[in-house]
Amino acid sequence: MARIFSYIVHKAGVPDDSAFELVAAAREINPSASPTAILTGWGSDLDAACDAVGASYPEVWKITHEALTYPNAEMIRKALVKVLPTNSVVLLAHDHFGIDLAPGLSIKLNAAFISDLVQIAGAEGADLQAVRQEFGGQVSTHVRCDISTGAVVTIRPGAFKAVEITPGSSLVVDKSKEVGTLAAGRRYLETIVAEAGDVDITKHNVLVSIGRGIQEKDNVAIAEELADALGAAVSCSRPVVDAKWMEKARQVGSSGKTVKPKVYLACGISGSFQHLAGIKGSPFLIAINKNPKAPIFQVADVGIVDDILEFLPEMTNKVRELRHVA
Amino acid sequence: MEILVCARRVPDTSENEIELNSAGNDIERDELVYSINEPDNYAVEEALQIVTRVGGNVTVATVGGEDDEEILRREMAMGANHGVLISDDAFNGSDGKGIATILKAFVQRGHYDLILTGVQAEDGAAQVGGMLAAMLDYPFASLVNSIDVLDGKKLKVSREIEGGNKEINEVDLPCVLSIQTGINEPRYVGMRGIRQVASVPIPTVSASDLGFDPTAVGEAAAKVKRVDYFVPVLGKGAEILHGTREENIEKVLELVAAKGGLK
Repeated sequence: MARIFSYIVHKAGVPDDSAFELVAAAREINPSASPTAILTGWGSDLDAACDAVGASYPEVWKITHEALTYPNAEMIRKALVKVLPTNSVVLLAHDHFGIDLAPGLSIKLNAAFISDLVQIAGAEGADLQAVRQEFGGQVSTHVRCDISTGAVVTIRPGAFKAVEITPGSSLVVDKSKEVGTLAAGRRYLETIVAEAGDVDITKHNVLVSIGRGIQEKDNVAIAEELADALGAAVSCSRPVVDAKWMEKARQVGSSGKTVKPKVYLACGISGSFQHLAGIKGSPFLIAINKNPKAPIFQVADVGIVDDILEFLPEMTNKVRELRHVA
Repeated sequence: MEILVCARRVPDTSENEIELNSAGNDIERDELVYSINEPDNYAVEEALQIVTRVGGNVTVATVGGEDDEEILRREMAMGANHGVLISDDAFNGSDGKGIATILKAFVQRGHYDLILTGVQAEDGAAQVGGMLAAMLDYPFASLVNSIDVLDGKKLKVSREIEGGNKEINEVDLPCVLSIQTGINEPRYVGMRGIRQVASVPIPTVSASDLGFDPTAVGEAAAKVKRVDYFVPVLGKGAEILHGTREENIEKVLELVAAKGGLK
């Protein structure tokens, strides 16, 4: 069995949560595997991150280079190609960095590529079976992959239960001398932090959250009226922002805000994992959707199969009626 | 600027419920409504806007069969100058690397300054753009949500990273970018526009036209293969309310109040 490596993303000296999920995935690929961590970066942050993976990774390879102060996928790809043994299996988190690095890395390593894996369904020698999702999670598929000439595998964040961090220290091996010069046709300039927006959806106990099912911009008012009546705020899923019906600051999801309400009303939202990734703290989740097969019904506490364009205005009227009586 | 957009025709999830076929080896494809993959449409719009600013041409190419021509015509109705169907029986069953190999051969036949793909297909893996860039040794950026042309040789590109933040990069041309939805507002295409390009011939490019060994692609060369499809069970499943609408509304209001929301 080929050696398994985890490429670990870190920030300000702290490894990303996915570092310990990748260990879990590696053990499912090969129960006797102790994966080797690879971290790249510069200075004391890199050293702190190497220490922080503890003995969960008995061996850590570090690549330190000033040009890697901010991770540059093209440079890191070149470095990895230099240091990785042939036929390695490389695991990465399927995040914005993994999406940048992994496909090209698989080409340069001449390795198979499996993207956004959510489960390992079986592994026998060089035959790996994994589960992926398609069509926004409406269906899943088993894929079979020949990893005899190596593999690059991206793992969906949160799909594997992170292993406990084993205290202790690992053997840190400095591989920097093997990578040579690093150049890239892409240069990092700056990070622009998202604007706050007029309403802070992260501060509300109740969110009326709308998705593609709201159908057009004029219908957003239906959700706003309900939210006003309830004393809640309106948030939304990605398609609503893409269509410019609401501002980006209202978007819940991995590319939007992370919210922790007490009650989350998912209205016309299908329930893609990117959206669900933005809902934390296990709120009471009520889903209203015309499509009885929408994935949101699998994760909601209560579901109603109905058209939100009719349901929401009637609900608003009911709330107003109750308030009036009170 | 000569821009190539690699696009795909996929089942439209806003128009269809995706279900399994009876054999469980595919989704039920009868009566599915297909359209251009949504991020690919944003990529074409972005290409058209760049060409409006700095001049040039937009070519839209797809690897597929006869049925896929319709998306090329649709994008030509939007304003793309050329549509090309890359089609050969030898391409059937290709995995992501196979598709990238085919596109690489196509790119090397022409001269493109900028190659765009959508960030991911509905049934895809967000892989072809990054693979193509590595094969061509071009720079690559994924999840792109804005593009400024700095001069003839570089772009200023924003990427969507966590929390809605943007990572700004300078990228040398030629390069490959994968385009995220929301980067622009794709123009509307009416029936009239589609009729106007209905009879424009769409060239087909085959494996032999591309001059490479077809055994490098297709099903035999694929390292990653789908075994089956199934419907995932994610959680315990919601308690579905079966009352009348009025009853359901009352129940929801009770729950919202009980769970700590409604004052």
